[in-house]
Amino acid sequence: MTLAGRFAVLLLFLLFPLFAAAAEPNYPALTGRIVDDANLLNAEASARIEQKLKAHEEKTSDQVVVATLPSLQGYPIEEFANGLFRAWKLGEKAKNNGVLLIVAPNERKVRIEVGYGLEGALTDALSKVIITTAVAPKFKNGDFAGGIEGGVDAILSILTGDAEEWQRRAQIRSDESSWVETAAVIFVMIMVFILIVSFMQELGRSSGGARRHRTRDGRWIVLPPSGGSGWSGGSSSGGWSSGWGGGSSSGGFSGGGGSSGGGGASGDW
Amino acid sequence: MVLTQSPAVRRPLVMLLVGLFGLVLAGCGYNNVPTLEEKAKAAWGEVQNQYQRRADLIPNLVETVKGYAQQEREVLTQVIEARAKATQVKVDASTITDPAKFKEYQDAQNQLSGALGRLMVTVERYPELKSNQNFLALQSQLEGTENRVAVARRDYIQAVQAFNTEIRTFPGVIWARLFWGAKPMESFSATAGAERPPAVKF
Repeated sequence: MTLAGRFAVLLLFLLFPLFAAAAEPNYPALTGRIVDDANLLNAEASARIEQKLKAHEEKTSDQVVVATLPSLQGYPIEEFANGLFRAWKLGEKAKNNGVLLIVAPNERKVRIEVGYGLEGALTDALSKVIITTAVAPKFKNGDFAGGIEGGVDAILSILTGDAEEWQRRAQIRSDESSWVETAAVIFVMIMVFILIVSFMQELGRSSGGARRHRTRDGRWIVLPPSGGSGWSGGSSSGGWSSGWGGGSSSGGFSGGGGSSGGGGASGDW
Repeated sequence: MVLTQSPAVRRPLVMLLVGLFGLVLAGCGYNNVPTLEEKAKAAWGEVQNQYQRRADLIPNLVETVKGYAQQEREVLTQVIEARAKATQVKVDASTITDPAKFKEYQDAQNQLSGALGRLMVTVERYPELKSNQNFLALQSQLEGTENRVAVARRDYIQAVQAFNTEIRTFPGVIWARLFWGAKPMESFSATAGAERPPAVKF
């Protein structure tokens, strides 16, 4: 049964990514704070905006990213933006403090997608105001660089609004589902550890000279925490560490594991 | 040989077997059923949360529209009634495994979506209302909430799909039947106009 079970699990693992991939659009890679696939920004504007975004992240840890796309691949911008946000995992995992400004010039759509943690500061209404006042009018005149920079400036100025700082902190939501996962893993590890400990105690307590001698020889299973935790730690870190990166500290740019539930606003021009 | 030993010697073996059994269970996905169930329940909580948020926005919206478009009594009444009906539907833990209850909940929310959509179309005829700051803020909040509802529904559909697949396919079906007694959960069916937020133009 074990073999058949493994086989079924293997089959599921092999097939599942196929199903998942079939339903998802093709997302571009997160190559930096500005992913300008639609070529709307010249080098100078791009460097200037990137500098602002970088300075803001270093100060507040909020991850604001701009994406311009040649095509939405037939998806509504809301769905595409949410999928892209989650694929890039913008913001820190614990804070979900990411923002994605997404521009699709061919569909004439723009959207600000806000991570869970920033919904309290950068509300839907404020996002809409940014789009209708700072972004869309410039896009209408063909000034994409100006519109994007205006949008970024407005987003950053709202996020740095000092009066709202404390209020926003209070509203940061934790990622519930991953908390359940982590708790389940820790629970299983503790159970296994208890089983091993009690097994070893039994082994140590068992009488008979020859047996005990053999037990002492078999020190490969000695109890002290170093042995037990080393074993369980080894098995856990491989599979579960992937989503926990800090994200912003290293040289290359990557998301920190944040998520979004569809906050923000969209507009067109 | 082992069987002839005293119980004190056999016990460690039993413990070892129990430990191994535990590992095999975990390896075969024994824990997948409750894990996926909790995920689906969390996703359901988010769906309810967002629908509730939408319901909370409506009184304010209706008041604002009334101030400018009093003659649209019919559409406004429809929205108020649909909201009342949607908030009256009792939701508890069994809702997601009971097809009838789930359908009742979904139908009530869909009806409210429809009524809101009609209200937003009607509002197009009142330029003064459309330039009211309060209304604009409410409108963008409503759009945002509809979008959050769409995201929450999508997440819930995916979580339920994973859970239902787990308890109906091979290793999971054994654990679900023998140990967990897990029932398949209901999911949203796509209805015309319910999936997308009402189209609102500026």
